Amino acid sequence: MCVAMPMKVIEIGEEGEGLAELGGVRRRVSFRLLGMVALGDYVLVHAGFAIAKVDEAEAQLSLDALAECGGLGDGYPSPSP
Amino acid sequence: MGHGSGGGLTQEIIELARAAFASSYLDGLDSAILPSAPGRIAFTTDSFVVRPLFFPGGDIGRLAVCGTVNDLCVVGAEPRYLSCGLILEEGLPLDQLELVFASMAGAAREAGVQVVTGDTKVVEKGRGDGIYINTAGIGFLPEALELSGRGIVEGDLVLVSGCLGDHAMTILNLRESLGFDNRLRSDCAPLGGLASALRGPALRFMRDLTRGGLGAALHELAELRGLHIEIEEDSLPVREEVVALSELLGIDVLGMANEGKLMALVAESSGEAALAALRSQPLGREAAVVGRVAARGGRASVSMRTLAGGMRLVPRPAGDKLPRIC
Amino acid sequence: MAIQAPPHESFRRRDLVEGLARSIARASEALGPIRIMHVCGTHERSVHRFGLRALLPASLRIVAGPGCPVCICPLSDLAAARDLALRPGVLLASFGDMLNVPGPEGSLADARSLGASLRVVYSVMDAVSLARAHPEKEIVFFSIGFETTTAPTAATLAGLEGSGLRNFSLISSNRVIPEALDYLLSTGELSPDALLLPGHVSVIIGSEAYAGLVERHRLPCAIAGFEPVDILSGILAILEQKLEGRARVHNSYSRAVLPQGNVRARDFVSRVYEPCDAVWRGLGMVPGSGLRLRAAFSGYDAQRKFGLASSSEPEERPAGCLCPRVMVGLEEPEGCPLFGRGCVPERPVGPCMVSDEGTCRIRYEYAERP
Repeated sequence: MCVAMPMKVIEIGEEGEGLAELGGVRRRVSFRLLGMVALGDYVLVHAGFAIAKVDEAEAQLSLDALAECGGLGDGYPSPSP
Repeated sequence: MGHGSGGGLTQEIIELARAAFASSYLDGLDSAILPSAPGRIAFTTDSFVVRPLFFPGGDIGRLAVCGTVNDLCVVGAEPRYLSCGLILEEGLPLDQLELVFASMAGAAREAGVQVVTGDTKVVEKGRGDGIYINTAGIGFLPEALELSGRGIVEGDLVLVSGCLGDHAMTILNLRESLGFDNRLRSDCAPLGGLASALRGPALRFMRDLTRGGLGAALHELAELRGLHIEIEEDSLPVREEVVALSELLGIDVLGMANEGKLMALVAESSGEAALAALRSQPLGREAAVVGRVAARGGRASVSMRTLAGGMRLVPRPAGDKLPRIC
Repeated sequence: MAIQAPPHESFRRRDLVEGLARSIARASEALGPIRIMHVCGTHERSVHRFGLRALLPASLRIVAGPGCPVCICPLSDLAAARDLALRPGVLLASFGDMLNVPGPEGSLADARSLGASLRVVYSVMDAVSLARAHPEKEIVFFSIGFETTTAPTAATLAGLEGSGLRNFSLISSNRVIPEALDYLLSTGELSPDALLLPGHVSVIIGSEAYAGLVERHRLPCAIAGFEPVDILSGILAILEQKLEGRARVHNSYSRAVLPQGNVRARDFVSRVYEPCDAVWRGLGMVPGSGLRLRAAFSGYDAQRKFGLASSSEPEERPAGCLCPRVMVGLEEPEGCPLFGRGCVPERPVGPCMVSDEGTCRIRYEYAERP
């Protein structure tokens, strides 16, 4: 029930609705729970609603932190809080 | 209730069928008299109750021909003759029936089979669902082929002929009006070309992947022959759209129905050749080696190395998530 | 190392998973046996789906708590849904799983043969569309879910204000997680060593929402997403806290979870709902864990609209069914005498075997069976 997948915003329409896409599958999505969305943003979609924007910069930071320790497997790395 | 009670309207349906199937055997006798052939006879039957009747990539008619043809192909037989039993709901528009017949005839031509006998019954409106079809099929096994899987040993490879889940996701999207816009089509097709391409001493077993998907087929085989089979999630051929629907809806690809795919077990040393043979066929371009027999004897099980590198058991499809899929 | 679009694929990379597994193994050695509880069916499903338990040391146990909104939906709400679905002129719109939950008179799906009018929907929006498309019918939406699902429902209801839509109402069976966690930790027999907090619930409520919980119970916590790297990062963050003797909420899902969560979503919820006490099937009454429609929205309350009396009878439990213990992690599915024997997905006895998010159902699908 908490299944939510990141989908790319491909159309922003009237009244806070639009289209999002994942792997070629498009779905009508409501953006009413988010402030601003832009075309090309990735949003988490749950039951037809975008519940969050995926912060790509944050994602990159997380991945970088992991990659540093991931390669070594030593110590107890701390992903950024 | 005009049609199936032997009156003039029945005649109309018979004429439509004759025109579509164009077989000399549909000559009005109560039974088709067919020439026999050397070797053994393979005989199978299946019934088709799919909802909706028409979908991208096919319809109930195409399914009815391909489904039965494929059951013959995967035991190594050359399919030849089909029967076609129809149960029609009163009020079904005749032009829909014409489309279904045309589709069946087209599929029969592709598969190199003839529809040689048939029957029609009509039930009252509300008692059927438009059309139900039963097909039975006869094929011939020219040599003493051993495809029961008795010869399977540790190390044998598991291959699939192409992308998984196309049929199930096409039907699901239509039926549930999920609002997913995509370009998926059912993969419904006859498997004769693929089955022939694989024929040879290294081929141990084949099965067409229908309801229950690859997961069901692997489990049935594992249980039949006491095997432990391991597959690699990384190597499963799946279209992007099917992956996306699988993630978005939480449906396991391994449980998804197909209508134009086969699974084959081949000796390890012949893996590359078998893959090349499949890929040389128009319907086999996305064929892949997806796993191997890890052990024979002992408890039957199917497990999978996941995308993440973990290990888990493959679910035996629990109940029919998608009824009336074929 | 650039992000591969779409974003979740990077969080499945095998090299990252392997590195995390190694780090977890090391940390775990120094700590000894540890039990981490989660309260999200989707976490349980992800753990199984990606085969993560095989990558974790045997001394580290992931325990499934009450993370399945279908499983905890009380029988009285199910009875109300059944009652309404059987009324002429009413169409009950529901998420798929709810249709197969067994009740004393059978499931909702069973009621079809008695003339119940049901439709599976993927979203509350679909239920509203049905109401607009069928003005001659009363559409009742069976509303369940935790915070992730409640927010869309609240936004939809808020959007209906002034619309004049008269033939739409809902059975409100939504629940909130932090109160339930508090209750479990305060009164439950299970004492987990740490909590893996639900990623998408946290998207809505924010990481700060758990501050009181951590303060009261002093457990290391990590908010985790649902990809393999997310879950393992969360586990590692917990182990690190344990080693350092700390107890705080680590946000291991920072790409989606903010300290304040989704403020817009929370505003919709507080505009439409107010907290109330609510029964969780298998747990009993959990104070402050439910949501009731505020007066301004009471016109959408199906139970009120159709004059259904609310039932507060104690729930019957089928003999031998251990769902209440399984749901709070006191029993593994395999410990229930009915698991895989009398109770299977095709013929479930208890709710844990019905839902895609139910602990027993997930275990049955993904693991060894009797």
